[in-house]
Amino acid sequence: MPGLGTSFGRGAATGYQQDLQNSDCILIMGSNMAEAHPVGFRFPIKARERGAKLIHVDPHFTRTSAMCSQYVPIRAGSDIAFLGGLINYVLENERWFREYVLAYTNAATLVSDQFVDTDELDGLFGGFDAAKRDYDPERKGWHYQDEPSTPKTQTPPEIKVESFSERLGFIQNPQPPSDPSLADPRCVMNILRSHYKRYTPEMVASICGCTQQEFLEVAEAVCQNSGRERTTAIVYAVGWTQHSTGVQIIRAAGILQLLLGNMGRPGGGIMAMRGHASIQGSTDVPTLYDLLPGYIPQPAAIRNHNSLREYLEQEQVPHGYWANFHKFMVSLLKAWYGTAATAENEWGYQWVPRIDDNYSQLPTFMRMADGKVKGLFLFGQNPAGGAPNAGINRKALRNLDWLVVRDWFEIESACFWYKGPEHPDPGTVKTEVFFIPAAASSEKQGSFTNTQRLLQWHDKAIDPPQDCRSDLWFVYHLGKRLKQLYAGSKELRDQGLLNLTWNYEYRQPEILPGGARSRIHGEPDAERVLREINGYTVADGKLVSGFSDLKEDGSTACGCWIYSGVFPEEGRNRARQRKRTPGNLTEPEWGFAWPHNRRMLYNRASADPEGNPWSDRKKYIWWDEKLRKWTGLDEPDFEPDKPPSYRPPPGSTGMASIAGDSPFIMKPDGKGWLYAPAGTKDGPLPTHYEPVESPVRNLLYSQQENPMVERYGDLMNPIADLLDPRYPVVATTARLTEHYLSGPMSRFNSWLNELQPEMFIELSPELAAERNIQHGSWMVAWNCRAAIEGKAMVTRRLRPLTVDGRTLHQIAIPFHWGFAGETVGSIANDLTSVVADPNVSMHEAKAFTCEVRAGRLEDTRTDPPLPMAAWPTRERAPDTPDSNQPEGQVL
Amino acid sequence: MIDVLLSAFERPAPPAAQPETGFFTDTTLCIGCKACEVACKQWNQLPADGFHWTGNSYDNTSMLSDTSWRHVAFVEQFDSGAHANRWLMMSDVCKHCAQAPCEEACPTGSILYNEFGNVYVQQDICNGCGYCVAACPFGVLDRNRSDGRAHKCTLCYDRQKDGMQPACAKACPTASIQFGPIEELRERAKARVEQLHARGEGDAYLYGAEPAGEYSALNSFFLLKDQPSVYNLPDAPRRPSAHLKTNYLVSFATAIGLAVASAMLLAAGDRSDADGG
Repeated sequence: MPGLGTSFGRGAATGYQQDLQNSDCILIMGSNMAEAHPVGFRFPIKARERGAKLIHVDPHFTRTSAMCSQYVPIRAGSDIAFLGGLINYVLENERWFREYVLAYTNAATLVSDQFVDTDELDGLFGGFDAAKRDYDPERKGWHYQDEPSTPKTQTPPEIKVESFSERLGFIQNPQPPSDPSLADPRCVMNILRSHYKRYTPEMVASICGCTQQEFLEVAEAVCQNSGRERTTAIVYAVGWTQHSTGVQIIRAAGILQLLLGNMGRPGGGIMAMRGHASIQGSTDVPTLYDLLPGYIPQPAAIRNHNSLREYLEQEQVPHGYWANFHKFMVSLLKAWYGTAATAENEWGYQWVPRIDDNYSQLPTFMRMADGKVKGLFLFGQNPAGGAPNAGINRKALRNLDWLVVRDWFEIESACFWYKGPEHPDPGTVKTEVFFIPAAASSEKQGSFTNTQRLLQWHDKAIDPPQDCRSDLWFVYHLGKRLKQLYAGSKELRDQGLLNLTWNYEYRQPEILPGGARSRIHGEPDAERVLREINGYTVADGKLVSGFSDLKEDGSTACGCWIYSGVFPEEGRNRARQRKRTPGNLTEPEWGFAWPHNRRMLYNRASADPEGNPWSDRKKYIWWDEKLRKWTGLDEPDFEPDKPPSYRPPPGSTGMASIAGDSPFIMKPDGKGWLYAPAGTKDGPLPTHYEPVESPVRNLLYSQQENPMVERYGDLMNPIADLLDPRYPVVATTARLTEHYLSGPMSRFNSWLNELQPEMFIELSPELAAERNIQHGSWMVAWNCRAAIEGKAMVTRRLRPLTVDGRTLHQIAIPFHWGFAGETVGSIANDLTSVVADPNVSMHEAKAFTCEVRAGRLEDTRTDPPLPMAAWPTRERAPDTPDSNQPEGQVL
Repeated sequence: MIDVLLSAFERPAPPAAQPETGFFTDTTLCIGCKACEVACKQWNQLPADGFHWTGNSYDNTSMLSDTSWRHVAFVEQFDSGAHANRWLMMSDVCKHCAQAPCEEACPTGSILYNEFGNVYVQQDICNGCGYCVAACPFGVLDRNRSDGRAHKCTLCYDRQKDGMQPACAKACPTASIQFGPIEELRERAKARVEQLHARGEGDAYLYGAEPAGEYSALNSFFLLKDQPSVYNLPDAPRRPSAHLKTNYLVSFATAIGLAVASAMLLAAGDRSDADGG
């Protein structure tokens, strides 16, 4: 999440959900929290009951809107215009938190004289090369003043592998020139003012389709509820990330929260709600192609990463906490390669694969569609229904030689070869599909890392039935067999696999909670994996107490440095802790939050520069002069004994270069970044661009869309023309509480299917009347990629908007259906396209165009649903007398 | 020997009475997630009712039934004058009436008040006559097609016996469904209404917290924001037994009237025969 990482230093939600109850105002935007995160939504409700104002800004009136004090309808894809308007309102009316902003942000920092803003270039920043469709690779014009510009790399610009330092928003000079009086026209504050000047309330209303009054009411609410005594929180989810400008939307929220002084403070922050139970975990110990565990960059073939020394030098970040990066890298190699990793062989560095291109999901599936990918493992993922332009994903799957699907049910991605809207002829599909049944979470042990970076362990309750096995079992035994197959190989490329430490089996037989022995042979012990992730000293195998124990001399091993401390000593798995701490919302003994059990990041900012709480009402972490340390309700996200008065001596590096009043310790200058001199590819300041498909011209600049947007050329991925009159309706995909994602975990469950049994499309009565669509009858939505059908849900929860003086219609399409399962229906993602944000290759599913009509698809062949499973099972509860059987059993 | 034979006719001592329990469902906190419906079905192992998309907002289970003991109602109120732009949600359930018509109508004694003061259908006694179905003014009870007997919310009798709260209340993420001793709930509910009134939400009121008209208090009562009928609840529920005396009198009077009328008609017929003869 570079949106948060570039602004604050870490790409993770800045607080914890329980803390939302401390908010005086919560702005929910790009999130349908009540429907997608109903359990966490109890905390906004608690805040509301304590008098907080809840605001929902969304294209679509949802169950979240129903619970908020104010709902503002906006056009899908106009979020930066709305947030830019809020930033402009705060600046124009001088509502920003002066002491906070001057002390903790880069507001006073001077920007290079070469910087040219979008105001002058009509929507482009300086340095854009139209032919290459890219900015100057070094983004020189975006830097701070006097930033020494020594290119460390010759990465060809067409290669999407950025350096680690670029990703972090690296600057060489941690104390760039500044003007605390804010008089200099090149200081960040003044650039910010001029950049957002045109985002007036009139302009916001015209672009977003809300009224000026609605916008102004939101602006007043967030201003009134920010400052010393009050805090406002922002909640977002994939309604922000799934845009071609997703990262910049989140950046805009970061700017707003910094200006209002809401970061690092109770009831403030930016809560990034994740799309899956352990998505945070899967970026921490990543399934991403370009990161090693703990956000360490994957070595790249096209950069000067030939030796470990060169790699470390190249990716070195001298200031802030990342200065310790070489310790984490060496400890990771020791964890992977064990005794085979020695100082002589660079701790096995040469065995780590190098990347040379963008191997994220979208480009990989595009290559697969072209037949360039031969085999694929799918663990709990359903691209045939859940990925953007699902049709092209199904085509890609049909071009594989082999596919392994590990899931509970035969999902779309397992039966695409004989089912689906293309009605494929099984005889012509060459893909060999291995469908392997998976264990459910209660049938295996392990941890979830949730949206607030909290690791929570779950034990195994029962053995999985029949041939179902945990993913850990599968990967472990696959690894063992591969090691056998390659045994004895002298090839350099095989040495990584052969030297991998790979021994996680139970030391004693696995015992189930009832006391019986598990029937599963060779189940790995997930706690042994967690111990390796935590780290240990190599000589005696003793667990390390945290990442500050890690060394660069090979004497420590650690599988993921940010998780270090989760298993600090024998018998103490902190992820398993379930002790409540009444009176302290941080609940420090419930689970384990990375880093170092800190529940709120950047919490040094909850105190003023001198170390005192900004107000009694909002106290959280403060400097105790007597004890000479930081103390409070949470683990300080700061060096515990660094006094507020500390100033870095000239030339200092690492944490020594972070001053005692600089809360953003992962940033080289310790400041929150209003302006990002590096770290984002598409500009140092968020700028409103229209979605790639939009029926509206960009009213702010003649640059219509994100100039850096990632496009993938394919005949199956056509994009509507600019302002294409064939597709005047704006569509957004939407989530229902009753189903989970593309449905693999819910459409095979009759208790959930009965609650939302059929695909439908929501539209306003006005649009329905224009197209002669009757409520409850069939309708079709189509664009240049596909056509889908569903029942028409005509509701005032969607309303026509007035955008740029004319009426614009929006529809909301639930994305939960597909052709497998007990209920079947059209796939919303057949309509979405593969275009992506340039920073993270995230697709744009939340805003695209289409047209609607009454009736059904011409191709009336549909796949039959599975019969409703005999559920409940009718198995009587064991060891239970008749009178105590579940009530339903007597039916 | 005689003792053993006689013991078969002895009634075991009933379980000791416990503090009366019930539900307070605060609809202003309901987010319509339907976790209560699913938790109820899972705990009680009730089957799905079938897949029927109704188009009635997000309500696809439509009503309480023999296999749906919680039901979330959705009411969309948009641009309709006074109540612009709101989406009401309410989790409905058996009302566990203080004086329950189903219990009064049950001829077998299958329906009783258990030790927690909850209305409970004993499945091994129910003979499926269906009188309770007709007696309930809320449409809670329903007979099952396969076993013919009446089923409804048990207020998780089995869980309560083990000191646990009902599954729906446990699953509710926002404390819209609150379970506890009924007196405590009524106090809490009153305070809640006052709080809402103070906040300017003057339309909040309690439904069933106290006896109203001919009807008793409900031990599962609600905080509503609009007319009961908007949530598909009767504005003034009727208790059949309240009309017994009048109905008996009317029937009796009708019987006498009819008898008299018949006698007169017969007598008149005799006369006409004689006249026309």
